[in-house]
Amino acid sequence: MDHNIYIYVLVMAGVTYLIRLIPLTLIRKEIKNTFIKSFLYYVPYVTLAVMTFPAILHGTGSIISAAAGFITALILAYLGQSLIVVSVLSCVAVFLVELIVIPFA
Amino acid sequence: MKLGVSQNPYSRKINILNGMRDGIPICLGYIAVSFTFGIMARNTGLSVFQAVLISATNLTSAGQFAALGIIGASSSYVEMAFTQLIINLRYCLMSCALSQKFDERTKFYHRFFVAYGVTDEIFAVTVGRPGKLRPAYSYGMIFVSAFGWTLGTFLGIVSGSILPERIISALSVALYGMFIAIIIPPAKKDKVIRGIVIISMLLSLAFGYIPVIKEISSGFKIIILTVLIAGVAAALFPVKDDVSEEQEEGGAL
Repeated sequence: MDHNIYIYVLVMAGVTYLIRLIPLTLIRKEIKNTFIKSFLYYVPYVTLAVMTFPAILHGTGSIISAAAGFITALILAYLGQSLIVVSVLSCVAVFLVELIVIPFA
Repeated sequence: MKLGVSQNPYSRKINILNGMRDGIPICLGYIAVSFTFGIMARNTGLSVFQAVLISATNLTSAGQFAALGIIGASSSYVEMAFTQLIINLRYCLMSCALSQKFDERTKFYHRFFVAYGVTDEIFAVTVGRPGKLRPAYSYGMIFVSAFGWTLGTFLGIVSGSILPERIISALSVALYGMFIAIIIPPAKKDKVIRGIVIISMLLSLAFGYIPVIKEISSGFKIIILTVLIAGVAAALFPVKDDVSEEQEEGGAL
């Protein structure tokens, strides 16, 4: 490696931090424009849905266990369970299903 | 309410603790993901200190994984900067949304620290909470999450075999489970949000199959779909002011 690793780290950390910081410091007032307000209101729902599906199906050892985790999370979230309960129990569902689907991993 | 709960030292402490508690699922998910990062960092030839330093200063998954490729290939610093910009540009959208959660009375310097913790997961929880952003809550969550992220990196690079594969596999849905817990309850109540969630998931799925489009990186996919779907939704279903006011009144802690 002829490049300095610490300069790489500085560059990546700097760029990433500025992307996060600039909008937070520039937009200091409450936005009054209805369209922009509505747009920003909907942003998290789209972003999270896009990030979750179908990516959730490919992270585990098998698509069957992943589907079990996904369905568990959907049901528990629909029932209004807290973040930690939904999160941990969907992990448990994946774990249990994998014991059956991939017995000798 | 008018007095501002955050001025009470006990409530600040409670906010920190609540933030730490809500950060636990993030922490677990981060350990699983950063563990893999640690293993890959070792394969790239980084030292333990360097890998942990990257995780502690960047706190981002896709960007860090891409960086390993750049470091491994000894590419230019400009390429590193540009890659990080593209992959992490979604944080810009998130920060815009987050800026609206800040109370105007909240001191300006808090924005510099809260900015460090704008990740997909921390953003999701912060923006999903009713009421204004409370810096103490954010700090509690950022601390626990960043701890998990650096700890996982450390464990991954020190030894690739501390956590059994089954556990890593199970933990890999932790973050997604959390996302689902955030978007489903509002989707249950509001049919516009329900429609948005379903369409987002379907288009996200379709993106993986359409020729040419499927070559687009996941960071860009998120940006394109977010701008498109949230933009159309905002034009068709503008949010009435009083709705958000009501929500803000709802959450004191």
